[in-house]
Amino acid sequence: MSKLSFFLGCIAPNRYPGIEAATIKTLEKLGTELVDLEGASCCPAPGVFRSFDKITWLALASRNVTLSEEMGLDILTVCNGCFGSLVDANNIMKEDPELKEEVNKILKEIGHEFKGTIEVRHIIEYLSREVGPEKIKAAVTIPMDLNVALHYGCHLVKPSKERHLGSVENPRFFDELVEATGATSVDYEDKMACCGAGGGARTAVLEPSLQMAVNKLEHMKAAGVDCIIDACPFCHLQFDVGQTEIKKKFDKVYDLPVLHYSQLLGLAMGLPLNELGINQNLIINEEFNKKIERIRGGANE
Amino acid sequence: MSDIIKTSDFDMEFRDEVFKEPDADKITLCFNCTGCTSGCPMAEQEPEYNIRKFLRMANLGMKDALLNSPYLWYCTTCYKCQERCPQGVKNVDTLLKIRTIAIQNGIMLDNHRKVSQLVIKLGHAVPINDDAKEKRKDVGLDDTPPTVHKFEDALGEVQKLLKISGFNELVAEKEETS
Repeated sequence: MSKLSFFLGCIAPNRYPGIEAATIKTLEKLGTELVDLEGASCCPAPGVFRSFDKITWLALASRNVTLSEEMGLDILTVCNGCFGSLVDANNIMKEDPELKEEVNKILKEIGHEFKGTIEVRHIIEYLSREVGPEKIKAAVTIPMDLNVALHYGCHLVKPSKERHLGSVENPRFFDELVEATGATSVDYEDKMACCGAGGGARTAVLEPSLQMAVNKLEHMKAAGVDCIIDACPFCHLQFDVGQTEIKKKFDKVYDLPVLHYSQLLGLAMGLPLNELGINQNLIINEEFNKKIERIRGGANE
Repeated sequence: MSDIIKTSDFDMEFRDEVFKEPDADKITLCFNCTGCTSGCPMAEQEPEYNIRKFLRMANLGMKDALLNSPYLWYCTTCYKCQERCPQGVKNVDTLLKIRTIAIQNGIMLDNHRKVSQLVIKLGHAVPINDDAKEKRKDVGLDDTPPTVHKFEDALGEVQKLLKISGFNELVAEKEETS
């Protein structure tokens, strides 16, 4: 059994706990045990806090990393934003001795020291590299015959010089994991486009941020998909809460259910529906639920 | 017609400050191909948000116009421009540095100040609430996540860190000045 510490971040545990629960259970079935990263905080959000003060951003992110260093475990995140902050901070601290010294002075005051001994992983990147689609396919008990719009999001693959995950314009590794669950990853226009939430834009300028989500939703809907599959609770929130805001502000209705990959995997592994939290979303699509029920038969109980 | 740019508005110290960010000086290599802005998903929504123009302004030291532009806060940090720049300009990283200088000059949006206060108070930008506690129980999790929400000592560490780093002071509510 491989072991990683589970960095929760903010939105998964505090808004969409189904993502947290699904991640723990599905990874266990794939032979990875997740251990609580006790006392972790906000990553902190890369576009916002890094904008405000680089040293604060670096110090708070490094504190989260040191908690896992002290456990001797690599970190797992389920969020592109947390991944962006923690990987970038971890790399900067490992590569820049001056910044490391400055940040370690702050960390010393609270009883920690950044040593640079661990790596930060994202669930999609981890599953792709360490587990692989074949092993996932073997663990699937109910192939999920769904047409899905896959949303990679930005900070999973970009900046590519830091991420080393291949093409940022036409990546395949996440599609392969989705297809291992029996689903079809349907191509749609501007698939790699941003959801519009990041960089503090959702917080600062909601309307243009939502307009970016509208563009994505239009293209997804045109492709005739059953649902959206994402890799990030913030993109998840932008699409889920966003659809209700878009309805109010722009009078547009898409009714597209939003699932994190861990939740799709949970469905395909036959985990009970209520433990995956899919119906805790704001967007509930009865037609989609019936389709899930048809595919899963008795497993929904 | 655009206003005439006056060289007296150029502040080279501001440019030097921007260039303290690693590789930010690569903006001097920009030859205006406009690949960044033409591919920008935010520029598609709001043409006033123009990353090429902003970096140009930074290179000219147009401090006041840049720091006071409301569009400085429109970037979603999707990194599309940075990926496609043929000159290796660090568009996003440089923009974040410009934002940092704005914050140091007391220019900060109210909503960003509120998010900062949440992290100072609770250690999370998006903290737990009663609805989320119920949802956690419904999926079989403990109602409080094992983060700073559960461990008071850990929250104390975060609060001390933010105080030492100067963050509290940086994002504190400013007294109204007439």
